[in-house]
Amino acid sequence: MPETRPTPKTARQLLGRYGEDRACDYLQALGYSILERNWRCRIGEIDIIARDRDRLVFIEVKTRSAQGFGHPFESITETKAARLRRLVAAWCEHRQVSGIKVRLDAIAVLVRAGRVNIEHLKQVL
Amino acid sequence: MLAKSLAVSLLGLTATAIEVEADISSQLPNFVLVGLPDASLSESTARVRAAVVNSGFAWPARRVTVNLSPASVPKQGSAFDLAIAMAVLAANGSVRSDAMADCVLIGELTLDGSVRAVNGILPMVKAARDLGAARVMVSRESLAEASLIAGIHVVSVENLKQAVGWFNMTLVDEGTENICVGRIKGVTADAIAIFDAPDLADVIGQDLAVNSLLVAAAGAHHMMMVGTPGAGKTMLAERLPGLLPDLSVEAALETAAVASIAGRSVFGSDSASLDRRPKFEAPHHSSSMAAIVGGGLRTPKPGAISLAHNGVLFLDEAPEFQTPVLDSLRQPLESSEIRLHRAAGTAVFPARFQLVLAANPCPCGKAFAIEGCKCTAISRARYAQKLSGPLLDRIDIRLVVQPVSALKQKMVREGEVTPALTTAMARSMVAEARLAASTRLKKTPWNTNSQVSANYLRGPLKLPGQATRALDIALNRGRMSMRGYDRCLRLAWTLADLAGRNSPIADDVAQAVLLRGNDNPLGVQ
Repeated sequence: MPETRPTPKTARQLLGRYGEDRACDYLQALGYSILERNWRCRIGEIDIIARDRDRLVFIEVKTRSAQGFGHPFESITETKAARLRRLVAAWCEHRQVSGIKVRLDAIAVLVRAGRVNIEHLKQVL
Repeated sequence: MLAKSLAVSLLGLTATAIEVEADISSQLPNFVLVGLPDASLSESTARVRAAVVNSGFAWPARRVTVNLSPASVPKQGSAFDLAIAMAVLAANGSVRSDAMADCVLIGELTLDGSVRAVNGILPMVKAARDLGAARVMVSRESLAEASLIAGIHVVSVENLKQAVGWFNMTLVDEGTENICVGRIKGVTADAIAIFDAPDLADVIGQDLAVNSLLVAAAGAHHMMMVGTPGAGKTMLAERLPGLLPDLSVEAALETAAVASIAGRSVFGSDSASLDRRPKFEAPHHSSSMAAIVGGGLRTPKPGAISLAHNGVLFLDEAPEFQTPVLDSLRQPLESSEIRLHRAAGTAVFPARFQLVLAANPCPCGKAFAIEGCKCTAISRARYAQKLSGPLLDRIDIRLVVQPVSALKQKMVREGEVTPALTTAMARSMVAEARLAASTRLKKTPWNTNSQVSANYLRGPLKLPGQATRALDIALNRGRMSMRGYDRCLRLAWTLADLAGRNSPIADDVAQAVLLRGNDNPLGVQ
């Protein structure tokens, strides 16, 4: 796995990184193999790229420590979803991948009083 | 997760049962309202979401789809808020879906979760009952109005939390003891409020006009009064509703349903029982067609003719109204209802009103006065033309109201002339005359003499030639149309009813011709 991940600096970035780590644990427990994390290009970033049997899965992870500002999923707007779709195309072009089934998922990680709650929505974007 | 709740949609007074279906699916959070909602109903999504969250319930972090079925019926307004919120909460598992199966939900939500009253509660609750619902849930303010409809269980709540608590039967929660189940004691459609109307005894020295008013009230005849300014036309018209009998519960509920849609109170002067007095609507002469007959872009609202249903519509300064507005009265005068066609569908409002027109004889108002008229012939003609022949033809009583003379005023002051009638006396005379008429018309669809068809007048109610001689002569000489002949016969029957006679005699017919008056009541040929 090529290391493209920057080192987190702020508390927010730390929380985001922690959430992504928990999401990876969760996916691996389900039998997914993680191909790449935090792949970046000019358009933006893909949090996790994984393989679920014959399918390539692109995952957006949203992490929140309290639900005061709404559910993590609510922050995935239509604009962000459109950008993710473009990112998938960019990644496939970059890695010279074609003719494979892809899926876009969203994972919400809720961290509250040391407990982690994970919600996974498949094929949403 | 799918759940349903019930609501009703009104178009005019016609109701459709609406099933509100809510589905929560594993998609990114979104709230979609489908099923032909208009702009005001689409705004409901914002209110419902805030109300649910601020009532302490979780809003699903998934895609929420609400469908208002049948989707082909156009829907509008904020009355669906409560049903939408409860359907979503049921889909979310916050409220028992099965408990709501026989309950129609009507109410607007505020952002803090309070349930607000909406217009049209009375027809909606009635519709809910007729559509077979066992219960209806309304706001606290709407409880009294909803209680007027018998045969359906009324539950009123102050807020969304109470609504959920009621269906979940967890009434122990704080605040929920304010839920009111059942109807308010003493609020029934049967009670009659005491009423307070201007008295006929205030009118002095206008015996012919008072008598005409009595006839108009007894037979429900349309009436027109022409007279100089200050002769007392408005004063007389305002006293007409006082002479009319109380409405039947059924008729009062019809009138109240229209008032409810228009956002008016349906209660009488004691504000606790159904208003069973006939309404008196007196729109200003600047009123638009929509204000008079009803209208509005998508969903038509009732106009003055429907608000005056089973009551009196008084058009003061009638020639000052726009001519198209006056002529738009012709069809409802015949059919007793108004059908308003719009893109959304056809709204039907009842419009069985008694029309009273008042007019000056000419623009200066002095055509019949001693000092003389200053108007030119052409301005008088133009003024008279405002009232079309077909409209005037539908008016049974066309009366010239003379100003009270100085001599008579002096006699009144000195107590030599006393008022002929008080409202109470006149009302009992009217009641007796109406009873006689309705007994005679028992086997017909009509109640009052003014409704009787021409065929029935000339058939089963045919008078001997001796009684109708004056009319027959006028008809033969071409001085009276066939329709005018029939109008006079109807008036004659009312006069006979008032006099306690079984059928009109020649005197009644002669007086009827006098009341019917001239085909050109403004005196212009």
